[in-house]
Amino acid sequence: MSIRPTNASPAMPRSVKDLRLGESGTICCLKDPEMALKLLEMGCIPGTQVRLNSRAPLGCPITVVVGESEEYTLSLRVSEAATIVLK
Amino acid sequence: MAGVEFVTGRAGAGASAAILEAVAPRHPGALTRIALIGNPNSGKTSLFNQLTGLNQKVGNFPGVTVDRKTGVSQLTPQLRAEIIDLPGTYSLYPKSLDEKVITDLLYDRTSEQYPDFVVVTADASNLRRNLLLFTQLADLGLPAVLALNMMDVAAQHGVNIDITALQQELGVPIIPMNARKGIGIAALKIVMAQMLDAPATHFYEIEDELLPMIRQIRYYFNLHNDYLALHYAHQYRQISFLSPDDRAYIGELVQQYGFEATPRQAQETIARYASINDILLNTVSVTRTERNEPYSNRLDKVLTHKVWGYLIFLGVLFLMFQAVFAWASYPMELIDQGVAWINSLIQTNFDGPLINLLTEGVLAGLGGVLIFIPQIALLFAFIAVLEETGYMARVTFMMDRIMRKFGLNGKSVVPLISGVACAVPAIMSARTIENWKDRMITIFVTPLMSCSARIPVYTVLIGLVVPDQPVLGIFNLRGFALMGLYLLGFVAAVLSAWAMKLLMKTKERSYFIMEFPVYRWPRWKNVGITIVEKVKAFVFQAGKVILAISILLWVLASYGPANELEQAEQRAKTEGKAKGFTAAEIDSHVASEKLESSYAGHFGHLIEPAIRPLGFDWKIGISLLTSFAAREVFVGTMSTIYSVGQDADQQTVQQKLASEKDANGQPFFTPARSFSLLVFYVFAMQCMSTLAATYRETKGWKWPVMQLLYMTGLAYFSALLVYQLMK
Repeated sequence: MSIRPTNASPAMPRSVKDLRLGESGTICCLKDPEMALKLLEMGCIPGTQVRLNSRAPLGCPITVVVGESEEYTLSLRVSEAATIVLK
Repeated sequence: MAGVEFVTGRAGAGASAAILEAVAPRHPGALTRIALIGNPNSGKTSLFNQLTGLNQKVGNFPGVTVDRKTGVSQLTPQLRAEIIDLPGTYSLYPKSLDEKVITDLLYDRTSEQYPDFVVVTADASNLRRNLLLFTQLADLGLPAVLALNMMDVAAQHGVNIDITALQQELGVPIIPMNARKGIGIAALKIVMAQMLDAPATHFYEIEDELLPMIRQIRYYFNLHNDYLALHYAHQYRQISFLSPDDRAYIGELVQQYGFEATPRQAQETIARYASINDILLNTVSVTRTERNEPYSNRLDKVLTHKVWGYLIFLGVLFLMFQAVFAWASYPMELIDQGVAWINSLIQTNFDGPLINLLTEGVLAGLGGVLIFIPQIALLFAFIAVLEETGYMARVTFMMDRIMRKFGLNGKSVVPLISGVACAVPAIMSARTIENWKDRMITIFVTPLMSCSARIPVYTVLIGLVVPDQPVLGIFNLRGFALMGLYLLGFVAAVLSAWAMKLLMKTKERSYFIMEFPVYRWPRWKNVGITIVEKVKAFVFQAGKVILAISILLWVLASYGPANELEQAEQRAKTEGKAKGFTAAEIDSHVASEKLESSYAGHFGHLIEPAIRPLGFDWKIGISLLTSFAAREVFVGTMSTIYSVGQDADQQTVQQKLASEKDANGQPFFTPARSFSLLVFYVFAMQCMSTLAATYRETKGWKWPVMQLLYMTGLAYFSALLVYQLMK
């Protein structure tokens, strides 16, 4: 009852979906091949930094800031964010 | 080179009196054809509007159901060019039907539509991502010029671009500009007026192991470049101009060489970003300015807040409705009066069946079209401003989760809400939905929202059966009834969407991955052009259909079999005199009797068996028939049939209906009959304009016909249920 749920098993890699507001991460790889094509074109290249910028009032979609110097804001659904695996 | 003409450029916008070599159009006699291509939000629309002004035309791309915007631009005093606006895209690998248009256009060099060169727009403040598309186009070997837009935003963000160095790296002319303010347009026009070469630079090296396959495709199709052949291998299933044999040929090669499209495409994108990074390293420097919290982000804290966000959105909607309902009513009245004035002018001076056709058919129909112009213009002014400022992306963002449950998406909110004013502009506003399935569902269910044309019918019938009784002191029972009808429409729309979501199959995947634009001030010129374009589209496209139906309805209501009409007129006149009617009463009695003997009247009697289970008689039948063209015709037809006289107000129609007796001498409009009729009007598709809009937007008869059948069916069975349960 009082056991705190473990966030995710160590085997489960973190994805953009798991970022907290304002937290940054570096993209490691993209899980869904078809979605990856779209995400790559939008600049979500492995090695790029992404920061969780905001969530829609109902928790989905979210916006992330892509890149460090020439950054821009991308909005995507949580299910789509889950395919972006972080380092 | 044959066909090249030399034009002496007068010292225009900084150009020395140089001799400009004009671009020779590929097809003699045709204008130079220039395609405009770029990322969404890169300022492409602003540039297109700056180049072409109101010289724009909307048509179809050959063979596809996607809009094709073209315009003519005066490049130099002597030289004009045709500009083609292509849908915004992030790459040459299409993800939607809209984007497929681009590849269809750019892959077929033999096509008449093939551009002489392309202008690529790029957002200078976001160069990395914007250059992806540019490098793909350059590798295709297309002559290009890069319009480096939003230089002001880039400067604000501390992005410094060495234009000369970048020009050298990319191998094409670069024009720094600010399309919203018109800066750089003159320079761009001068470059566009010159002969452009394909860039010599290549940005992506195709892997050696792919070359044997690429070469075979290249020689088979006689292509001029390897990268184009690679795109054939990637997209042979989607390229519309390839024959089945061509596709089979590539299909075999792809099999034979074990070519896997998805990983190859991913590799290519990553490789392109790597070479773009190299280029930018030498040409772009970013001084870290204080912009940790750009003002867009601060605005979003309020505008997408879980409480304030929705409240502000409601406020915006309220303002929009206020505009479409209240402000639009003044110009609408003017148009109405104007048409009536012309009508009476013709009627008092001329006579005869042709004049009747002109006034009661053509002009009445035309008036029915023109009267919507203020509503359409205002609604699109609002929508254009919301789009231009970037607020629409926020609405979509806030509503996506809710709407997705019902098979719609965030962008369906605007059409659904606009539908309460009028389904015609609402259906046109569904344009912004990229996903084909979501867009079709939205267009399909939007007319179920109760539009303003239903209001006269609602008020007359509610007034008949719902007592004028206060509820909780400040509300009124009639108000509740009215709200109930609106809710009924909304619930029907949402449930129908949900049912369609389950029924419809599509291969297209629904994405929400999109750029979240920063807030900007709207460009009023863009707003103005949008308004003119939408109004023109409505008047010319929907107008034709409405006009045809109006004429048909007029003929049906004005003529009858043999000489039945004259007999009816004689009979009505003698009857009227015998009963001691006044002249006006006799006229309306005659009109009513004539209508019953007309083809429309016969039709009313003919369909009576079908509508009797709903509680309707032949008189309501005629009204249903005539109000098929537009719902508001219902009250007018009822007044004619119940011989109230043409100029009676709603109150007298109501009294007349209230005193109507059935065969047993009981009041005809019982609550059962009235509610059955009300429910019928909530659901039925009685609006030619809407069907015409659906036809225009879906570019075929399939959707409007399905919409008509579905809504009429829903109306029929719901009315049947109501009448049989309440009887």
